[in-house]
Amino acid sequence: MSSFTSKYADELIANAAYIGTPGKGILAADESTGTIGKRLSSINVENVESNRRALRELLFTTPGALPCLSGVILFEETLYQKSSNGTPFVDILKKGGVLPGIKVDKGTVELAGTNGETTTQGLDGLGERCKKYYEAGARFAKWRAVLKIGQNEPSELAIHENAYGLARYAVICQENGLVPIVEPEILVDGSHDIHKCAAVTERVLAACYKALSDHHVLLEGTLLKPNMVTPGSESAKVAPEVIAEHTVRALQRTVPAAVPAIVFLSGGQSEEEATRNLNAMNQLKTKKPWSLSFSFGRALQQSTLKTWGGKEENVKKAQEAFLVRCKANSEATLGAYKGDAQLGEGAAESLHVKDYKY
Amino acid sequence: MSCFKSKFADELIANAAYIGTPGKGILAADESTGTIGKRFASINVENVESNRRALRELLFTTPGALQYISGIILFEETLYQKTASGKPFVDVMKEAGVLPGIKVDKGTVEIAGTDGETTTIGLDGLGDRCKKYYEAGARFAKWRAVLKIGANEPSELSIHENAYGLARYAVICQENGLVPIVEPEILVDGSHDIEKCAYVTERVLAACYKALNDHHVILEGTLLKPNMVTPGSDCSSRAKPEVIAEHTVRALQRTVPAAVPAVVFLSGGQSEEEATVNLNAINQLKGKKPWSLTFSYGRALQQSTLKAWGGKEENVEKAQNAFLARAKANSEATIGAYKGDAQLGEGASESLHVKDYKY
Repeated sequence: MSSFTSKYADELIANAAYIGTPGKGILAADESTGTIGKRLSSINVENVESNRRALRELLFTTPGALPCLSGVILFEETLYQKSSNGTPFVDILKKGGVLPGIKVDKGTVELAGTNGETTTQGLDGLGERCKKYYEAGARFAKWRAVLKIGQNEPSELAIHENAYGLARYAVICQENGLVPIVEPEILVDGSHDIHKCAAVTERVLAACYKALSDHHVLLEGTLLKPNMVTPGSESAKVAPEVIAEHTVRALQRTVPAAVPAIVFLSGGQSEEEATRNLNAMNQLKTKKPWSLSFSFGRALQQSTLKTWGGKEENVKKAQEAFLVRCKANSEATLGAYKGDAQLGEGAAESLHVKDYKY
Repeated sequence: MSCFKSKFADELIANAAYIGTPGKGILAADESTGTIGKRFASINVENVESNRRALRELLFTTPGALQYISGIILFEETLYQKTASGKPFVDVMKEAGVLPGIKVDKGTVEIAGTDGETTTIGLDGLGDRCKKYYEAGARFAKWRAVLKIGANEPSELSIHENAYGLARYAVICQENGLVPIVEPEILVDGSHDIEKCAYVTERVLAACYKALNDHHVILEGTLLKPNMVTPGSDCSSRAKPEVIAEHTVRALQRTVPAAVPAVVFLSGGQSEEEATVNLNAINQLKGKKPWSLTFSYGRALQQSTLKAWGGKEENVEKAQNAFLARAKANSEATIGAYKGDAQLGEGASESLHVKDYKY
């Protein structure tokens, strides 16, 4: 085959398939220290280690939530944290049948000569870091590449750099036992229509899979984390069924069947939008040789954060809000969401931040 | 979408899907005048237009055969020929629910600086030719790119040239209403093992789909005609049909988008029976297969028919029986239902491998 022979091949394939189990998906809880700071400040909570720990404990110990999850992406700090009674988070997750994942990129930098386009860094010493994370219990990784739609964007250079960076990251992960999530996010910012987003998404994904083939990546041991295909943030909204049709068609045109699961990012969508759109995709009758699930950050945590407000006495209520979104998205992976989730405060609120940086 | 807007889009999509109808496949009867001459020589038949016409009439009028066929690829001469009673071949086909196809490439030429690697020619004026063929009744086209496995082959240059030639041909076809069959044949010649063939096949197919995307081709309106993944012709070990099936389907899962409605395998140097048994195993395999898996066979559908005919009018019925047996067998193979009980005509188990095969 064109993939390299990894001693972890069977494990990678099994873990990637597990993450795509129907009824489950990923909680993206890998906000960097800077980014979680912005979230915490929006609810007037101080950005200190104990608060960051408390938030993640709140999420991971929510009764009934872990069965809705197959994986949780963590920031490095969190990988080594424990609950207040001293149990390592990775143990809590593993016991709950949830694979720990780790964000391994080091953010974006601008590409000289482009109009604000970026590439993602983090390849230096990545192999050693992956080994370390595997020893700490991580079984999958995530690397976010970012592209934007504009007059002349994304440029061929930006597409190539981001695709080949993702491919190099992916094979290094596989050499070290981590399933790589391949995330080529095309930002929703802009006034373009859904057709433009579809064209760009197809072009970007085709480039990604060519790069992955060139780099001998074992596709059965990877996951894809793409944007859904939607109109730009400054354009009129469309129905979930329309988003579903364009999104699934783009994937049919570019994502090989060997990829076990596609775990969508939520971009700037509200909690409720993200769930409804995922649900519509899973209801669509057409060829879908991969699971279609979620890897949501903001769209799983928004109302939970608001409800918590950093206060111990709000933990139970906040956990209830979190469970509601977990269950709703679990149902959406089966096309069974009835739109009846208790809407927590903020669930319908757009989470779009222009030119979003993690 | 990243594909261009064709006024023929709906028709292309419908025709491509139709060709992949379970139980049906393609008869590749597009041998050039030179190539059919070699076939005729082997059965002592003169290579004249009337004999070429007679052979194709034999095939297209075999009672009960066309129900197993969704498309027939023709050489240009045949597109304009008629039965002995004066009925155009394209009408015979259309009435039987068979789409006429047309070979549009003009053969291969060597790429300078490589070790005998080739690229395919035929792009000049292709749009006008496609228009003409569409008017004559053709609804799909075929273009054969050829790659080989060797110590340093296929080279990056040869993969790129052949992939981008295929993509340019494909979009020109779609602009003119013809469903393009994308055929990147990796020759079976060589002593390599099945793993090597799998590796090369995956690399070549990945390059093809990148090229098709770059050229804005509508994948739902295309077909793929690949080689199966097998050991080389000189490899010491043979592979069972189940092993060929596993490696072949895996290679396709890793490279062929679900938007492609059907994969129509070439038979390469396989015997009639091998080609059927392998296709059957492919369709029996449990795994993700979001495209139809069927046949586009030339030699592997006609070998025993040719031998039975020998150019003689009195043998036509016998020859037609031989053709029907293979057509039916392959139809069953497309649904994984072939029991291996086709009446083996003379030559059905005979390898059809010709080293470094040129059409």
